Amino acid sequence: MAGHLAGGRLPAAYMVPGTSSFADFLAGQAPDLLPSRRSLPPGHAADLAPHGTTIVAATFPDGVVMAGDRRATMGNVIAQRDIEKVFPADEFSVVGIAGSAGLAVEMVRLFQTELEHYEKIEGITLSMAGKANRLAALIRSNLGMAMQGLAVVPLFAGFDHATGGGRIFSYDVTGGRYEETAFHSVGSGSLFARGALKKLYRGDLSESDCVLAIVQALYDAADDDSATGGPDLTRRIFPVVHVITADGGRRVPDADVADLADRMLAGRMTRPDGPQAGLS
Amino acid sequence: MSMPFYVSPEQLMKDRADYARKGIARGRSVVAVHFADGVLFVSENPSQALHKVSEIYDRIAFAAVGRYNEFENLRIAGVRLADMRGYSYDRRDVTGRGLANAYAQTLGTIFSSGGEKPYEVELFVAEIGDDVADDQIYRLTYDGQVADVQRYGVMGGAADVVAGYLEERYAEGASLEDAVRLAVSALGHTEEGDRVIPAEDLEVAVLDRTRSRPRKFVRVMPSRLGQLLGERGPTEPNPESEAEHMAVPADGPEGPPFPSPVVESGDEPPIAPPS
Repeated sequence: MAGHLAGGRLPAAYMVPGTSSFADFLAGQAPDLLPSRRSLPPGHAADLAPHGTTIVAATFPDGVVMAGDRRATMGNVIAQRDIEKVFPADEFSVVGIAGSAGLAVEMVRLFQTELEHYEKIEGITLSMAGKANRLAALIRSNLGMAMQGLAVVPLFAGFDHATGGGRIFSYDVTGGRYEETAFHSVGSGSLFARGALKKLYRGDLSESDCVLAIVQALYDAADDDSATGGPDLTRRIFPVVHVITADGGRRVPDADVADLADRMLAGRMTRPDGPQAGLS
Repeated sequence: MSMPFYVSPEQLMKDRADYARKGIARGRSVVAVHFADGVLFVSENPSQALHKVSEIYDRIAFAAVGRYNEFENLRIAGVRLADMRGYSYDRRDVTGRGLANAYAQTLGTIFSSGGEKPYEVELFVAEIGDDVADDQIYRLTYDGQVADVQRYGVMGGAADVVAGYLEERYAEGASLEDAVRLAVSALGHTEEGDRVIPAEDLEVAVLDRTRSRPRKFVRVMPSRLGQLLGERGPTEPNPESEAEHMAVPADGPEGPPFPSPVVESGDEPPIAPPS
């Protein structure tokens, strides 16, 4: 950092009006800080670092909920039991990440700074679609590393004041951006979570029911995917859950998630596969 | 062959300082006040888009008077510096002192270099801590001097009159409501009499440590401001609202740009343009 401020005076490039994008500014001033500018030696790097797993998001009439399990894995080893993979991106949006954990956390930090930077420079927040596109650009620039096994696949959700509801966006490693309706999941346990939500989700769920449905879906993911962590009852580690409404985003307190998890588990004691959907 | 005039360094600096001071004195004042929950900024600014007070980082804010294009560049540079530092280290490592230093070096270098015209700006850089004792306001002048502002600070056009009003009435540990009322009536105070500034002509922002989010900067919107100010009697917009020179180009209508000599009275010698 000291190198960026030689002589104490702000460098001329800092004073030049123009870009409102922090990532673009970094690319000009300190490209070594950009995750995508690192060159990797040839080879497959996927087994070098922990991987994050399942993220689930669903909308409800007043907004959107996103949750992630707490496990990071390295091959057959559980690298971390209490990793957090869902982060507020700004006041009205949230981003969850699956894939190479270290890189993903760095990318989230860059994305958070990007949104805040734009807001401060321009005096106005980006539109929901604008935020989703910026994230797509960051993911796209990571394609080289993704091809060497260090893929980052985010799930992005937030409250859009223009449409008055929650929106969910999913991505692929090439930066493709897809808007999802109702609910979506990414990561190794996502197939099972999505299957569970298909049977549990309804458009008129209340906020707390929507959170419960997502906690159920994460349990089903952990049930069938070894890389997804279920509720850890002995250590009291439960999923990270964020709720975003027109009033902004908040993390659901751990105690509340613990209560929901306990209720869910009480039900699963009698029926391990969880709630039963009707046949027609 | 023409011989350049000799100009003593003292005279050169004095002329540059006079030039900058004149530019700053044309704008309206900005007040920064320490209060119980942080730091309050108030300025009379009818524009909703061209701000004089802005957020830099979690606990750091920026206020400026003078030439808009110049302080806007400084503001953007400050945001970039803070975000760069917060991104490469940690959010806690972004400090108001570091930012004030960078501004001081920048303004000082520009002021004393012959090639650039001095900036016609004055800045506040404020940072709040966990309690009142940790709150800091730095005042930076056009020549790069830094002063630590205790209690309250005023810069801009009628700074002396406004500061005199605040000196008589300022109280430590005031509530936000009291601090806003004091600052607004101070801005409306002139030697000829007091004026009630309409709420929509005020730009009010606070660094409020009671906010639960990490970003403590918040603009006080006109509806909330109305509640804070209460009943104040008939309002009166600034009679010189045309005088604001927020967006005039560098060669404004006020006369030839620096470095042309500006001789006010007969006893000042003409100066040569710095080369």
